[in-house]
Amino acid sequence: MHKDNQPLIFEITKEGRIGYSLPELDVPEIDLSSHLPNGFLREESADLPEVSELDIMRHYTALSNRNHGVDTGFYPLGSCTMKYNPKINEFVARIPGFANIHPLQDESTVQGAMEMMYDLQQHLSEITGMDEVTLQPAAGAHGEWTALMMIRAFHEANGESNRTKVLVPDSAHGTNPASATVAGFDTVTIKTNEFGLVDIEDLKSKVDQDTAAFMLTNPNTLGLFERDVLEISEIIHGVGGKMYYDGANLNAIMAKVRPGDMGFDAVHLNLHKTFTGPHGGGGPGSGPVGVTSELAPFLPKPVLVKKDDQYTFEYDLPQSIGRVKPFYGNFGIYLRAYTYIRSMGPDGLKAVTEYAVLNANYMMRKLQPYFDLPYTQHCMHEFVLSGRRQKKLGVRTLDMAKRLLDFGFHPPTIYFPLNVEEGMMIEPTETESKETLDSFIEAMIQIANEVEETPEIVQEAPHTTVINRLDETKAARQPVLRYIKEEELVAVKS
Amino acid sequence: MKLKHRYIPMTDQDRDEMLSAIGVATIDELFEDIPEKARFKGELNIKQAKSESALTKELAQLAAKNADARTYASFLGAGVYDHYKPIIVDHVISRSEFYTAYTPYQPEISQGELQAIFEFQTMICELTGMDIANSSMYDGGTALAEAGTMAAGHTRRKKILVSETVHPESRDVVAAYAAGQYIEVVTIPQKDGVTDMAQLEELLDDNTAGVLVQYPNFFGQVEDIQKIGEMAHDKGGLLVVSANPLALGVLTPPGKLGADITVGDAQPFGIAEQFGGPHCGYFASTKKLMRKMPGRLVGETTDEEGRRGYVLTLQAREQHIRRDKATSNICSNQALNALAASVAMTALGKVGVKEIAYQNIAKTAYAKNAFEKAGFEVKYGGAHFNEIVVKVNKSVKEINAKLLDKGFIGGYDLGLTYPELSNHVLIAVTEQRTKEEIDALVQEMEALHA
Repeated sequence: MHKDNQPLIFEITKEGRIGYSLPELDVPEIDLSSHLPNGFLREESADLPEVSELDIMRHYTALSNRNHGVDTGFYPLGSCTMKYNPKINEFVARIPGFANIHPLQDESTVQGAMEMMYDLQQHLSEITGMDEVTLQPAAGAHGEWTALMMIRAFHEANGESNRTKVLVPDSAHGTNPASATVAGFDTVTIKTNEFGLVDIEDLKSKVDQDTAAFMLTNPNTLGLFERDVLEISEIIHGVGGKMYYDGANLNAIMAKVRPGDMGFDAVHLNLHKTFTGPHGGGGPGSGPVGVTSELAPFLPKPVLVKKDDQYTFEYDLPQSIGRVKPFYGNFGIYLRAYTYIRSMGPDGLKAVTEYAVLNANYMMRKLQPYFDLPYTQHCMHEFVLSGRRQKKLGVRTLDMAKRLLDFGFHPPTIYFPLNVEEGMMIEPTETESKETLDSFIEAMIQIANEVEETPEIVQEAPHTTVINRLDETKAARQPVLRYIKEEELVAVKS
Repeated sequence: MKLKHRYIPMTDQDRDEMLSAIGVATIDELFEDIPEKARFKGELNIKQAKSESALTKELAQLAAKNADARTYASFLGAGVYDHYKPIIVDHVISRSEFYTAYTPYQPEISQGELQAIFEFQTMICELTGMDIANSSMYDGGTALAEAGTMAAGHTRRKKILVSETVHPESRDVVAAYAAGQYIEVVTIPQKDGVTDMAQLEELLDDNTAGVLVQYPNFFGQVEDIQKIGEMAHDKGGLLVVSANPLALGVLTPPGKLGADITVGDAQPFGIAEQFGGPHCGYFASTKKLMRKMPGRLVGETTDEEGRRGYVLTLQAREQHIRRDKATSNICSNQALNALAASVAMTALGKVGVKEIAYQNIAKTAYAKNAFEKAGFEVKYGGAHFNEIVVKVNKSVKEINAKLLDKGFIGGYDLGLTYPELSNHVLIAVTEQRTKEEIDALVQEMEALHA
């Protein structure tokens, strides 16, 4: 083993050590082999680690020290809204009356949980301008699919099964076309125009009676507000299609404009983004969906209702698309989001949006002289730079992203959206101070200078991380997806 | 703007300097692209902000309206269980380098998360006996649904069979997902608490993509999945098993019994019930199906200096590359809960996972015996894990209301989802329940029975 390798938990295991504390069995022993006949009894033990409690804590502490989170440093990962995760959220989520309640308890014993859910739905309805909200989808992509299934059910209920097309701009997140596909639709791609916005002429030429919906992120993934959104809504509604709002970028518009007021019929939200989920290293998320009353009969089961001051789940919904997830969504995550909304209030959410947009514009203007900026109007909560000027000097955006690691920053989202060459998508969020923004700007300017003067420093970056660039081709060509003991590996190879 | 908030660091001076650097006079000018007609005017009609202590107090009061498994002795399972949660789990997942990070796109500064997932994948492989496992799914129900659509995609067939002994809510999710891709779902009836083999034989045909079963099943019974697998394979279909990973501490792993895909929920390993989510789906398969697998995979590789490291790999399978050619749209995973499950699996370890599974069976066997001694009929005589079906002579809702007064959260009312099993209750007995609690429950139910 290389001396710098971080041991796997399986490599520090030693037979005879334990890390658990179970009570002594207080009922009679049983004979497992007679209890589990017919080959049901496992012969070979699952080879889990054998370590002490301190071994476990040291191991995971070492791993955490090899990980960068928002609490470690600036994390301007575009489109992901990596804002501060408030600690009150974590505290509330661990109160036993929320953490240790079972989803199948009698409704009379979980009224507090249901009251919170109901109130959160009301808050999200008001923030998005939609009539009804379901909290069930587990994540943004899951919300997209849920809403598209509702739109499909709506068209089918109207005898319009011919509506098989979902229109998606070329700048959209990959989940949009993927969700359309798994909801049974065909995707039609709409071009972006010279201003970074939906090309209305291209849209008009592709929209027809077979259009089920148009999926739009607004502001779009370039961080630009689709200023023709009202006209777009008219075009789509004109042929009987539905407008779908991808809420990934909601942080840019709270209390400024609501999806419902822009003509959208369905919205998904990413509570782990705008509403401080947290991100958890990749999840769990939460992706509630809001809809107009016209789509409400198709909501997934169950629907939470309030009757005579009691909360109850309604299951008798003949037009519902069915159940999209066991139980009631990611309660523990939307409880955190609720706590956040209640911590901010109406003024606070408005300030969130204003400062998110101010911060992004400030960084964009400060960096504009040093990098290509394909679209020059004001941005919203994020902006996309192009590294094509640096590419001509032999340094790629990937190199610059890796160089940022040496300054202690998480790089922006890179090579996305697909319609910007060597793209760098930067989203500062409102929770960062001006000093942090300035130090990131200085680092970016230094890197731009290095590209011209000492490009190898950038090309060979990072220089300060625990590991250098990894061989991704090898990982994909000879996949090693689990640990295998060295002696077993030898046995396999020989 | 006069608002001051602990999450927003900008001062008036900062704001003015930034506006002047941008070259605008007000923040409002930055929003000029929003059409006047659509703009939101006035104040959102939501509750005003509360201070940290006032809000904490309010939410604690709301939580106190709920009956929780810390205060009550819970015999409710049905897919979500009150198990031993090693205290160390919460300490590890509270390290904010983990929970405030996102998907590890930059491996150089995400080795901690990547390695943790690689270890999770390994532990799931060990328990299930499968070749490979992914980084996690939303939950057991959606993992099963994705396994169903994956079986259809792989076999290019349009029908899946689901046993009636699979969790009713998971079956609903399977149906919703399948509808999205125009896949037919047929239910295999249960007989004596297990999948009816004769009916299965009849329903299997050359258009069957896969058979979906649960192990142990919804009634707590251990199904003969090997036999079911042989029958499915004979027709060219796949065997998809939804398995409780904690039970696999003592049950023969599905990988040894012919499963092509094994899924489930890792909630029994250190994850709080949380009113049903977030939990942690897992997804494991044979090597043959590797390139069809949904979700993220972490693989081992090396850097330029030969140091071992981990990266997200085989990404050509995923939605952000395939876009409209994708067969799954899953993007996020349940990384933090996969971490929690890894810590719990590590704490239990090779010996503890057998011990905890054994205790579940022993305590449930004790409860079964106690119910029978008290004159109750315990349905289904096959091998059980930690749940049994008890027949009662009045409505389960009524019984559970009375039990609550005595400090118990009663079992699951099977009549809600199986009309023929009204007045039958599914009782779960985990290692958390003491002999005294079991005796007291039986005694109370006996008194109500009279």
